[in-house]
Amino acid sequence: MVRDARKGALLTMRGNIEHDRTSMNHDTYSDDYIRGILNSVKVIAMVGASPVDARPSYFAFKYLVQRGYDMIPVNPGHVGKTLLGRPFVASLGDIGRPFDMIDIFRSSAHIMPVVDEALTTAPLPKVIWMQLGARDDAAAAKAEAAGIKVVMNRCPKIEYGRLSSEISWMGVNSRTISAKRAPIPTQGMRLSLNRTSLGGAATTAADRAAKNKTESS
Amino acid sequence: MTDRLPGFSTLAVHAGAQPDPTTGARATPIYQTTSFVFNDADHAASLFGLQAFGNIYTRIGNPTNAVLEERVAALEGGTAALVVASGHAAQVVVLQQLLKPGDEFIAARKLYGGSINQFTHAFKSFGWNVVWADTDDIGSFERAVTPHTKAIFTESIANPGGTVTDIEAIAAVARKAGVPLIVDNTLATPYLIRPIDHGADIVVHSLTKFLGGHGNSIGGVIVDAGTFDWSRDNKYPMLSEPRPEYHGIKIHETFGNFAFAIACRVLGLRDLGPALSPFNAFMILTGIETLPLRMQKHCDNAKAVAEYLAGHPAVASVNYAGLEGDKYHSVARKYCPKGAGAVFTFSLKGGFDAGVKLVSNLKLFSHLANVGDTRSLVIHPASTTHSQLDDAAKVKAGAGPDIVRLSIGIEDKEDLIADLEQALA
Repeated sequence: MVRDARKGALLTMRGNIEHDRTSMNHDTYSDDYIRGILNSVKVIAMVGASPVDARPSYFAFKYLVQRGYDMIPVNPGHVGKTLLGRPFVASLGDIGRPFDMIDIFRSSAHIMPVVDEALTTAPLPKVIWMQLGARDDAAAAKAEAAGIKVVMNRCPKIEYGRLSSEISWMGVNSRTISAKRAPIPTQGMRLSLNRTSLGGAATTAADRAAKNKTESS
Repeated sequence: MTDRLPGFSTLAVHAGAQPDPTTGARATPIYQTTSFVFNDADHAASLFGLQAFGNIYTRIGNPTNAVLEERVAALEGGTAALVVASGHAAQVVVLQQLLKPGDEFIAARKLYGGSINQFTHAFKSFGWNVVWADTDDIGSFERAVTPHTKAIFTESIANPGGTVTDIEAIAAVARKAGVPLIVDNTLATPYLIRPIDHGADIVVHSLTKFLGGHGNSIGGVIVDAGTFDWSRDNKYPMLSEPRPEYHGIKIHETFGNFAFAIACRVLGLRDLGPALSPFNAFMILTGIETLPLRMQKHCDNAKAVAEYLAGHPAVASVNYAGLEGDKYHSVARKYCPKGAGAVFTFSLKGGFDAGVKLVSNLKLFSHLANVGDTRSLVIHPASTTHSQLDDAAKVKAGAGPDIVRLSIGIEDKEDLIADLEQALA
């Protein structure tokens, strides 16, 4: 994994990152890969969505609703309740309509059963996204073998905010630049994610963080 | 599909800035306002609860300041940044997130005199205990580590002694100790050294110096490298534990690899209050656009002046890492090949009195307590910036009584040398 991280860094230095399904690098993702996902999915099932407003899943759910995604909260502990007006369902199988992406708010140890269940749904989702801190390479490989794109250890709220530069209000390095005048964001509006990227998701620091994580785990 | 990586000069001009969505203004507007109107009650609640990106109140964040934050973060290769009222404020805010009363941090002894004072006296009253180590003896950092150590602090190029720090060696000590390495990169700027590339976890600056560069605005910045795992143990509860003031949010869990910058903003800046004026942010931003041009000229001029002084019969020694044969020359070649900065010291054979005479004879160099101005500056540290240290500490800090400090500007180097020539005559 460390060697993979270094490979990612070398690719970044060269200024080009190519992604193909056979050798997906999950230490770093190109902005185009993330942008492609966020621009194409419409319906997102969030597994582990919480009605508690201090939980990161609540933040992300609310933000993605505000940015126009059709969000479905999945959490067997809260069936009968709603999250921002959307009824909780117990499992992916209970959704009863097609969805494009699963956003998994569970720790790494609980990823595989969700992926297994996802693979029984029809049609299959296009994307399985695992939240910040969550990573299961075996589960990712299984999903990718079925033609599903995978993102691990990232937050869609942060990535959407970054690629639209909305997150810049918080002093965050969006790693994008643009000389274009952007529209003024309003409630429920999808923002343009097509800013110029500064060399993928990888910085030296990101590579080092991935390496530290690998060595300390 | 490909992503292209723009160069440093492009980032210095563009990172963080975009045409204003409302007016189309191309230069970053100065949002000189205390507060920002909410869309509705839910929007207000979302912003206060840290659930939405946006502006509330300029003590916590401001759109002009945010451009400066992203720009410095991009130039340093960090995940996020926070601007504050001064470099000193940056140090207070950083350590407030890391230390509780009774905790310790290790600091390199060769530091800006103001930092030595702040660490020794002001922080002592908070119960934050500084333990000094010697940049020339990496073992002294290792030996200083105790179970109470929460951080290691060093300058990349030390003020005023011209010391260039082996950041990677100190980073290795920090890593082994499981604490973040904080690097003050003020005198180098990211144009010369990017400490994060060498293992720093947090970078701080006085923006007042070369980044702003024109001697017109005080400011500071904190850059989060995004590299430190704040939740590995219970050492950093500000980041890893639920925060009662935000309904039990855990900052690291929620904000991932820019959690430290967020903690500095929502726990540090919000409650301690050292906000940067948007006007200062605008001035500093404008300065940063020309950082690569200025910094190279500063360094080239400094090398020429240092070489001139090294050959002058009245000069006893010159401490500039850009000179061949200097103690720190090989470290400088590794860390800052483009130049060893523009602040250095020298001593005169005539000692203290000759130093005082030189300062009063100079006509082009301004006698004042700042560095990193377009103008060339001169000061006698022992009687000014480092005057509150005792004699032994002055020598250890590289500010002995016979030392004169120069900050070389971007004038024509021939004029600077001519001014020194007449003043030394």
